[in-house]
Parts: sequence; C-alpha cells; structure tokens
Amino acid sequence: MNRSDPAVLAEDLHKTYGDTAALAGFDLEVPAGTVHGLLGPNGAGKTTAVRVLATLTQPDSGTARVAGFDAVRDPIRVRRRIGLVGQQAAVDEILTGRQNLVLFGRLYHLGAAAAARRADELLERFGLTEAAGRAAGQYSGGMRRRLDLAASLILSPAVLFLDEPTTGLDPRARTEVWESVRQLAAAGTTILLTTQYLDEADQLAGRISVVDHGRVIAEGSPDELKRRIGTDRLDVVVRHAADLPAVARLVGGVASGAAESDRDRRRVSAPVRDGMAALTTLVRALDDEGIEAVDVGLRRPSLDEVFLRLTGENKDKEVAA
Amino acid sequence: MTAPVLSHSSLERLRWVVADGWAVTRRDLLHWANRPGQVVANVLFSVMVLLLFAYLFGGAMTVPGGDYREFLVPGVLAMTMIFGVEGTFTAVNNDIARGVTDRFRSMPMAPSAVVVGRCAADMLNAALTLAALVAAGLAIGWRWHEGLLSALAAFGLLLLLRLAMLWLGIYLGLVLRSPESVMALQILVWPLGFLSNAFVPPGTMPGWLGTVVEWNPLSATVAATRELFGNPGWQGTAWPAQHPALAAIAWSALFIAVFLPLSVRRYRLLSR
Repeated sequence: MNRSDPAVLAEDLHKTYGDTAALAGFDLEVPAGTVHGLLGPNGAGKTTAVRVLATLTQPDSGTARVAGFDAVRDPIRVRRRIGLVGQQAAVDEILTGRQNLVLFGRLYHLGAAAAARRADELLERFGLTEAAGRAAGQYSGGMRRRLDLAASLILSPAVLFLDEPTTGLDPRARTEVWESVRQLAAAGTTILLTTQYLDEADQLAGRISVVDHGRVIAEGSPDELKRRIGTDRLDVVVRHAADLPAVARLVGGVASGAAESDRDRRRVSAPVRDGMAALTTLVRALDDEGIEAVDVGLRRPSLDEVFLRLTGENKDKEVAA
Repeated sequence: MTAPVLSHSSLERLRWVVADGWAVTRRDLLHWANRPGQVVANVLFSVMVLLLFAYLFGGAMTVPGGDYREFLVPGVLAMTMIFGVEGTFTAVNNDIARGVTDRFRSMPMAPSAVVVGRCAADMLNAALTLAALVAAGLAIGWRWHEGLLSALAAFGLLLLLRLAMLWLGIYLGLVLRSPESVMALQILVWPLGFLSNAFVPPGTMPGWLGTVVEWNPLSATVAATRELFGNPGWQGTAWPAQHPALAAIAWSALFIAVFLPLSVRRYRLLSR
C-alpha cells in the first residue's frame, strides 16, 4: 500500500435486499490514520457499508478497498488487517475474558505462547486484568464492550470498524468506550465508526459522512457541516419577562432574520451573520437601556440540526421526484 | 512444476482447518470445564429418562423376548442421539445471534473450522453421554450378548445417527434465526423421539401408527442396535424393520446428504 493510498475506499457500492436498496452508489474515502464517522438514521445503510468493507457481505457492484486490498477479491488479506466491532459484543459469554482473547488469538494464528502474551497485554490495556478470570457473561456492558474491542485488536489492525459501538450502553460505559477509541486513534489506527448519536460523531470523528438511503449526502468536519447549515444564533436570557419586548427589539436590530421570543424561558433568539460584532453591539445596547441579562451567548447550530436538515432535505427531494 | 506448489498450499490450508478446528473445539471443552453443572445435568437427564422408564413404567411393560430393560436401553441410547439436535441448534443459533459467527467470518481463519469444531465438540459430547448411559444401563442389568465387535458396531450406528442430527441442527440453526425457535424444534423432536420403537413395540399400536413408527428414522437405529447387542426386539413387516442396519445407515446418510450441502449453502448465504 502506498503511503498516500486511502485506508478505506468505497466507490459506487450497490447492494439490494429484495426491493430495498441498502447501498445505492455509496462512496467513501478515509485517509490512513484518521477517525471517520458514518452518521445516519436506522436503515440508512451504515451497517451494510461496514459489512461490505469488513468482507462480511458481498456488494452487488462497486469497489471496496481496505488497507490496500480488494475486500471482495482478496478477503483473507483484508481480514488480516482489520478489526471489527459489531453492534453486539461478540464474545463468548461462558469463557472468561482471558480465554476469549486466547481463543481469538489462536484463530488469528498466533502460537499458544504469543496468544497468551497478547491476551495479557490487551487485558492490561483495557483495564480487565482483574476480571480476566471471570466469565464474560458476568461482565458489565462496558466491560464486555472493552473485551470485544480488545478481541478486535489482537493483530493490531491497520483499520478498525466500529459499528454503533455504544448502542445500548449507559453513559459511563459509553465514556469508557470513547476513551479507548481516542487512545487507538492517537496511536494511529484508522477508524471507521458508525453511529446514530450526533454527539458521538462530534466527539470522536475528525470527518463525518452523513448517510441516508444508501448514499453519502454530505461530508465534512463537524464544524464544516455545522457551518453549512447556516448561521450562528444569538441567545439572550433576561431576568424579568417584562423586558422581553425591549430585548426583542434590540436583538432585531443586529439580527439577520426574525427574532423569536420564548416567554417561559425568558429568552430571545435570532440568527446573526457576523456573530462577534452582533454580540458586542447587543451587550452595549442592553447596558445602555439598563436591562439585566442572565445570559448572552452565541450558539453554533448543533449537529442534530444539521442532521435533521440534511436528511429532511433528502426526503423533500424524494417527494419532488 | 506448479503441482508441488499447489499441493503445498492445499496442505497448508488443511493444516489450518485442523488447527483452527481444534481451537473451536477447545472452546466447547472450555465451556464444559467452566460450567460442569451443565454437562452433568444433560447427562443426568438422559439417565433419568432411562431410570424412569425402567422402574416406573417397566413393571407394566411386556415385550416379546422378555426383559423390558434389555429392550429399553438401546431405545434410550438412540433417542439421546436424536435429542442432541437441540444442543447443536442452540450453539449455532447463539453464535449467530450474538455476532460471534460474524467475528469468526471477519477473521483470517479457515472458514470450515467453525463447522469442523462444532462437529468435533458435539460428537465428543455424544460419546461422553453414551458412555454414561451405557454405565447406567449396565448398572440396571442391561448387557450386550453378541460380543464386543457387534457392540462397537452398534455404538458406531448411534454416533452416525448423532452426526445426521448434527447436520440437521446446523442447518436449522442457520435458518431459524430467533433463539425462541428452540421451542418449535422441541415440539418437532419429541414426537420423533416417542413415535418410535424406543419404548414400546410397534405391534401394540394401531396399525397406521405402527407403520409410521416403523418408518421413523430413529426406529431403524433402535432396531439395528438391538440386533447388534442381542437384546429383545420386535420383528416388523415394513422394509426398514426387516433390514434395520441397512435402514439405519440409509436414514443417517440421507440426512447428511441433504443437510450438509444445504448448511454449506446457508453459511455462504450469510455473506448476502
């Protein structure tokens, strides 16, 4: 593989199940050493895309190359260079954590001693040394996930696929998994991650592809995607609800669109073009009029809004077509 | 000049099938070691069925040729082989449901090793269960009378039946995706077990039922093993009852011939 080759390359992948097109011209390019998020609603085709790239599913057409090899024509070479963490923790629940890692190590064709050594290293790295002798079925959700992750890292894969790695985990376990993913990324592993959670993509991924109806409908860094959806918003929360009309008038003066008042939250909110200038002008005006503000802030649109907007647009297009 | 290279690589591949197959088998052995209670419970269940029929119903049973216990033991041995299908089914089904099968498939291991390991583990389990049942049978007065070779041939037929059930179990485990379907499987397996000559001679049943029973694959193996052990049996009129050894082999071979290729095909379809 050339240094410049992308770690993951999908070109015009198609996959149809019966009448449903799971992948309909799916394109993706992930440079080596980066974390890439596939974001999309249930049934958008994220999992099918990962399964094709991880050699588990044959595409109907298109190209899938992973770590320099063709996933369809050369699956064994690809399998030596990838790790896959699927939606469930795919570990044997009757075996202990250590027995699991030794079993998978042997199946990755490590010798008995090497498999045992690797198992101990990984248990240590994922904080499972103490639980190593207990059956994996007795682990907490987060521990089982970490064991699952460890099993995918036995051969130190060049590319790691994480298919909704935190679905069904409690917030604590989710943070644990995030931490592990960050460490792997820092060590240079290329990671392709699917998620339904926008904050997860925002937290972990350097670049995000928004997937809907089997295609990538938008791609960029989290910031780029947020910027694409439009402008910042200026929020003002006042102490006294009676001040709301006056504040709405002042905000209207600096806004690029209509100001919205929310009586219950004592908040006025409006889109602004030049966020910082608008903020400074407004704070000065509030001061001049002697209005007490509890909070004044500039807000980037959240990825949620980006996501809903993008997938919503797609739906509109479909209706039009 | 290419021939040696070719044979080398296929030898290499065979080596990995064996090595990976053994790793997968060892996984099941570790299951037994980690949960010995489960293994003991499974064996005890079969022993319990044997004792239940021997002592609870045995007194009321008369069979041609005399001793009911002599009649019963081959029946319980063969029925246990049939019930093994549930174990295979559950193991295959769980691995798919939990994503373990996908993990195996995403690894650079020999693809057939999953099945080779399943086969080896289940057959070992069957042999162990047979040994325990034979010991229990000997304890309640059952004997083989035709010599060790005939007895070994009988055990061979029993294990062949288990192998046939293994392929049925693998196929069903791949096809029926929900773990609850083990219930449906039990509903299917129990009549297969009891609508046979394992506990009762077919001659005592209504004519049509007797015919069904004589054609039951289980009945052929039971009749054949009774013959090989020299235990009392019952001379039926249907072809399988008259050629039990041949019928036993034919039934098992038929199951394997049908479900082995179907299972391989199903396994390949997982990549669809």
